[in-house]
Amino acid sequence: MVGEQVLIERTDFQRLLDALHQRGYNVIGPTVHDGAIIYSEIASVEDLPIGWTDEHEAGRYRLKRRNDQALFGYVVGPYSWKKFLYPPVLSLWKAKKTGKSFEVVPNTDEPPQYAFIGVRSCELHAIFIQDRVFTNGKFTDPHYQARRQKIFIVAVNCVQAGGTCFCVSMKTGPKATVGFDLALTEIIDDQRHYFVVEVGTEKGAEILQKVPTKRAQPDDIQTAKERIAQAAQHMGRQLDTTNIKELLYRNLEHPRWDEVATRCLTCANCTMVCPTCFCTTVEDVTDLTGTEAERVRRWDSCFTLDFSYIHGGSVRASAKSRYRQWLTHKLASWIDQFGTSGCVGCGRCITWCPVGIDITEEVRAIRQSELNRTQ
Amino acid sequence: MPKAKKPKVAVWKFASCDGCQLSLLDCEDELLAVADAVEIAYFLEASRAVVKGPYDISLVEGSITTPHDAERIQEVRRVSKFLITIGACATAGGIQALRNFKDVKEFISIVYARPEYISTLEKSTPIAEHVKVDFELRGCPVNKYQLLEVINAFLNRRKPNVPSYSVCLECKRRGTPCVMVARGTPCLGPVTQAGCGAICPAYHRGCYGCFGPKETPNTASLSAWWRKLGVQEQDLVRAFRGFNAYAEPFRKESEAYEQQ
Ligand code: SF4
Ligand code: SF4
Ligand code: SF4
Ligand code: SF4
Repeated sequence: MVGEQVLIERTDFQRLLDALHQRGYNVIGPTVHDGAIIYSEIASVEDLPIGWTDEHEAGRYRLKRRNDQALFGYVVGPYSWKKFLYPPVLSLWKAKKTGKSFEVVPNTDEPPQYAFIGVRSCELHAIFIQDRVFTNGKFTDPHYQARRQKIFIVAVNCVQAGGTCFCVSMKTGPKATVGFDLALTEIIDDQRHYFVVEVGTEKGAEILQKVPTKRAQPDDIQTAKERIAQAAQHMGRQLDTTNIKELLYRNLEHPRWDEVATRCLTCANCTMVCPTCFCTTVEDVTDLTGTEAERVRRWDSCFTLDFSYIHGGSVRASAKSRYRQWLTHKLASWIDQFGTSGCVGCGRCITWCPVGIDITEEVRAIRQSELNRTQ
Repeated sequence: MPKAKKPKVAVWKFASCDGCQLSLLDCEDELLAVADAVEIAYFLEASRAVVKGPYDISLVEGSITTPHDAERIQEVRRVSKFLITIGACATAGGIQALRNFKDVKEFISIVYARPEYISTLEKSTPIAEHVKVDFELRGCPVNKYQLLEVINAFLNRRKPNVPSYSVCLECKRRGTPCVMVARGTPCLGPVTQAGCGAICPAYHRGCYGCFGPKETPNTASLSAWWRKLGVQEQDLVRAFRGFNAYAEPFRKESEAYEQQ
């Protein structure tokens, strides 16, 4: 039943995956690949990053062995669920020449029905944020919507925080509170390895019927709560969001932008890994004879020159203006545009910036300089 | 559409290894379509048949390293409507531009028994230093899909989709975990132009900079980070002195560390 809490033993975890597979879901979850934990197709529980964890610092990420066999004992990898809901490269339509005219053939490929295993609370919030961007009445992106509508979400509550996490500051975690079908808290103690499972939807309850479960005892629920509270106390980063929009808007000419521009590579990694960044470009291609054409959408970024190219040149030619666009869009103008922050505090942009530029540090520098002035 | 006269294409070679021309022959599946769409009028690597100019498109491979070539490129320009340089040699001087950092006469006297027979310039220079170039295609070698895209765009009178942003965008779209962040492997990707499809990071290697400097490259910041990763100054000089050593941002960066 929705709202109920049950237990799944680690030994029965495979049954959950089986139930989803039987339902025809393409099951996506965390797996170790190329030195990182990435989300990919999962056939069995053995594909999960059993006994692995990840260390995060600005510009540095390393996988490490844990001293237990946790399935979800890591924080977040470089790629969010965005790559499934909003693919990096997508053909939008093709066109064929017919006499003097041409015929447009839209891409109507049926997208896969995904079950996401291991969605963190910050990532859930990132999906809600992208929902506002893409399924916002008049301006709905049919490709996003088609994928989004069908997903089954197994959230996992964080019981440890990463070195660059700040979901507590952004009020997006570490506990998943809405928007999941099932939410797990993984508990490992001396005797047992099990999951406290919260049922979020009827769909979730239905899947659980195929999985051996027990009623969760008040003790189990309490343990889960405590573990999540521990994560909340160990955030690697903090961001003071008090009047952040006003703070940034009144500091658009702050010297800190020049300083960060000396470090920023305008490489676009931060925007690529950010689970809420949504910018793309479209490329029109033709075949050699000019009888067929195709429009392809690719992830783009406000860090490229072409992004702001209009007749006569790029509006944001300097690194300073591009970094400022990124940071102020995430934390200020996003609020005007969509009514929420564009940042969920997942820390990816900090970890995966090749030169370790830290969005929380940049805001702190600006805020601090104001405090210094008034003192 | 009535079959208009096919555009005439010529492929020219200057100081180079032929690798870029071979990229064109390497377009196996697409080669027939290309041959159908254009008249390959001059392409010694592929055929000895030569059709007289002028040519609609000239693809120029290689850099200018001899007085003779400096004259020949003027002639190529005269007979070409649209001149495209292909590859790091033609676009940046190539690996042979390493000579630009040294005294060529010294090399000649060491390497050749009869130095007086050698007629060479002091520097290996890109085509654009000699004649007007209409489009520069980067890479060592060029990427065959980009090469096709440029020809294709020309034939269909559209702008080629050849972005000048960093390799990192391709790396991320491809789904590779960053080798610099996840492994501490120095990578030139953040200052290098996309185009290869981010091959090296996918095989756990740092980017070698084959496609030359990207738009607005911040080489100084990347070098500073490499130093933190433990890269020695002389190795930084070497990293920037690859196939695009003489491209200005890479040249300046290597010189900055050489002087130290
Ligand atoms: S801005 Fe950075 S911390 Fe915030 S959601 Fe994006 S990647 Fe995560
Ligand atoms: S920060 Fe840049 S890439 Fe991200 S959504 Fe805003 S404009 Fe787009
Ligand atoms: S902040 Fe970091 S990741 Fe983002 S563009 Fe600058 S250097 Fe690249
Ligand atoms: S591996 Fe290299 S090219 Fe790829 S994202 Fe990292 S720095 Fe950029």
